[in-house]
Amino acid sequence: MNLAYRLAAGEAGKLPRLPGSLHLNRRLSQWLRFLPDGTIEVRSGKVEIGQGITTALAQIAAEELDVPIARIRMLPASTAASPNEGVTSGSLSTQESGSALRHACAEARALYLAAAATRLGVPVASLSVVAGDIVAAGGARTSYAELADDVLLARDATASVPPKQAAQHVLVGTPLPRLDLPHKVYGVPRFVHDLDLPGMLHARVLRPPSPAALLLSLDDTRARAMPGVVAVLRDGSFAGVLAESEEAALNALAALREGASWRESETLPDVSTLGDWLKAQAVESVVIAERGESGAAGAAHTQRARYTRPYLAHASIAPSCAVAQWTDGRLHVWSHSQGIYNLRTDLALALALPPEHIVVEHVEGAGCYGHNGADDVAFDAALLARAAAGRPVRLQWTRADELAWAPLGPAMTVEIEADLDAAGNILAWRHEIWSNGHSSRPGRAKTPALLAAGHLEQAFEPPLAINPPAAAGGGADRNAIPGYDFPAWRIVSHRLLAMPLRTSALRSLGAFANVFAIESFLDELAAARGEDPLAARLRLASEPRARAVLAAAAARANWAGWRRREGRGHGIGFARYKGSGAWCAVVAEIEAGREIRVERLVIAVDVGLAINPDGVANQIEGGAIQAASWTLKEQVRFDRTRITSDSWEHYPILRFSEVPAVEVEILPRPQETSVGAGEAAQGPTAAAIANAVFDALGVRVRDLPITPERIIAAAN
Amino acid sequence: MKSQSAGAAATVRIQVNGTEHEVSAAADTPLLYVLRNQLGLKAAHFGCGTGQCGACRVLIDGRAVASCDTPLWAAAGKHITTAEGLGDAAHPHPLQSALIAEQAGQCGYCLPGILISAAALLARRPRPTEAEVRAALDDNLCRCGSHNRIVRAVLRAAQAENIS
Ligand code: FES
Ligand code: FES
Repeated sequence: MNLAYRLAAGEAGKLPRLPGSLHLNRRLSQWLRFLPDGTIEVRSGKVEIGQGITTALAQIAAEELDVPIARIRMLPASTAASPNEGVTSGSLSTQESGSALRHACAEARALYLAAAATRLGVPVASLSVVAGDIVAAGGARTSYAELADDVLLARDATASVPPKQAAQHVLVGTPLPRLDLPHKVYGVPRFVHDLDLPGMLHARVLRPPSPAALLLSLDDTRARAMPGVVAVLRDGSFAGVLAESEEAALNALAALREGASWRESETLPDVSTLGDWLKAQAVESVVIAERGESGAAGAAHTQRARYTRPYLAHASIAPSCAVAQWTDGRLHVWSHSQGIYNLRTDLALALALPPEHIVVEHVEGAGCYGHNGADDVAFDAALLARAAAGRPVRLQWTRADELAWAPLGPAMTVEIEADLDAAGNILAWRHEIWSNGHSSRPGRAKTPALLAAGHLEQAFEPPLAINPPAAAGGGADRNAIPGYDFPAWRIVSHRLLAMPLRTSALRSLGAFANVFAIESFLDELAAARGEDPLAARLRLASEPRARAVLAAAAARANWAGWRRREGRGHGIGFARYKGSGAWCAVVAEIEAGREIRVERLVIAVDVGLAINPDGVANQIEGGAIQAASWTLKEQVRFDRTRITSDSWEHYPILRFSEVPAVEVEILPRPQETSVGAGEAAQGPTAAAIANAVFDALGVRVRDLPITPERIIAAAN
Repeated sequence: MKSQSAGAAATVRIQVNGTEHEVSAAADTPLLYVLRNQLGLKAAHFGCGTGQCGACRVLIDGRAVASCDTPLWAAAGKHITTAEGLGDAAHPHPLQSALIAEQAGQCGYCLPGILISAAALLARRPRPTEAEVRAALDDNLCRCGSHNRIVRAVLRAAQAENIS
């Protein structure tokens, strides 16, 4: 759970409110430490998942301490030492960790200045900090390095020292280069996949062929006899191999697969009628929001439409990976988990260990776009490492494991109805959602949410995916409340009580489908009135920052000057992420040939103070390209028994030659609170593309992905 | 990848990044594992193991190939270049400098394989067009959406190489 979630869940206690994650991690020494060599170690509980958070946080720390960024050493998060900041998710890291560090560093600077004043015998007011040197007006000087003393920060934060004002910022707000990129470009090992510990063994798991398969028998004779094989393990329907080398592990896995016999059952829905299937399941229903009389009197007519999205895969370029080692009954895990403490909680549950006997240390993985297989593979590694006699075990999933067994982003059906007056004005708006829950993250339920826990002989019931509460941005209902001034609305979310395919958080959660639906429907209403889509949005959006991104994207794309040509179209989409995060408007320009080709995405975004503007642009660009890929191509495929989209061939994503040009404009808001950028573009991009397809072809595609077959189906 | 027959260990000479190595592994071992686990060269990454993502690419005698799909025996006696061999912080390859200059990458897992495809391209087409760069990188997948920055970096490196 991220911090907002935990605060909503009432963990805040009775202590005075401190900013961001400082509230629950009050010790200053948890956050930073000055070393005599001039280095300053900074610890955050938020982790690098490809989004560039390490650089942004280092920038914040260097800014408040008045040191060059090169002095900051960002330490990897570990349950042995780091502040517990829950999960790195929901575009909340700059809010939660950034504001904590800002205040912790400002306070640390003040404590060191006080110590310097005593040492130099001068008043604090006469001191300034220049590149880590503390200089008195008269010329006397000392430094953080000289004063380095762990006792100074062994105290609770008070947040009584105000951090810098925007006008004083030197580093914050500038596009500093990413700290991690050189290593990645020179091939310096830094991924968990690259760990190479002394005596390390390699492991692979024999995953079942389908979600409900049970392992009836396992003939492991051939696998055990293979050179380099150290052990073959089986526990219920969980099985795996340990070997001296990676290739030996793979060879043994192939042999093991041949020796396994499974009982499979048809538990999956019909992929071709998912939208209906979702609506036919037992559900738990929640009214998310209600305003005015949502069944308006005086309506001339009611317009309605249904939109769907399929199950989506994270499809990270690297399969999930972990290293685990047992020493005297204690477990050490190296993992690319988004939530090291939560993973520890579930490992403790599943292994019946006290949490203090487990250390989870974060090591970077490949790009992470939500709750992927990182936690699951850590548990797999811990299970197999039991047979390793104290040696570390590296376990990497196969590509098929990754595409078929990591939790999926849930399929969704969204139905919207609007009551309209005779002129086509919206009197009332109704939005209903059917979906599995959008979070199966570890650390929340009474039973572990780790994949293999459901496969063991003594299996744990896999927890049903839930939806995070509204205070944390909601789940399936994320962005279901329209960001427009409709006089009345009613928003209802139906969460499925069966989960044939394991679902959890994927970048932007329900916002992708909800924004796609709302912004498509708004276009349909505008088209019915003969109104320009941009004009319709400006008429209905009153928030100045919403209007500003719409206007900026339209101006940059030259919306008004669009020249209509055969087979080409443009469309617009907008949302304020979670209703509380970044404002984002996207204009898409497409060409409809044999397939839909997105030529250009022009995006305007308002994230408040952008700590690192290039980092924001990078995330928005990346998010938009990924959303274009979801919108045009992606769909988890399955028959009634098995997931069949378990290779890149069957789960294609957008390639270099298919990627649109992306232009990002960041609205300057240095005085405003920073909000995250990572997920803001997902929904608006999908809507902009769908609206552009309508503009080009006059065909409204309401079921994602927008493939040639879907366009033909929608046209008929 | 041939994973069925474990095969007997063979001793094979390969030249990697200018250095001769004698490695001992089953002849059908994918080159990727030899590079990563025996020679400690971690730049080539595993992504799929079936030649579909490009994360594991290396140059073999100047050609960009998937090392996950190349058995050790096929690399015997050949000149292999990994991303480490292109350059390092002290002596960066123009493509590496350009990736940093363009801040091209998010997680960066795809980058070493992309560097290899791009280096092979520039060796045969020193001044590629944008479309040629995209075509040359089409078998490299990037999930973070860093494509456009990467393309700009390759074009920038092509300029730089021509000037020097
Ligand atoms: S790992 Fe070799 S091409 Fe994917
Ligand atoms: S930068 Fe993450 S896959 Fe390319």
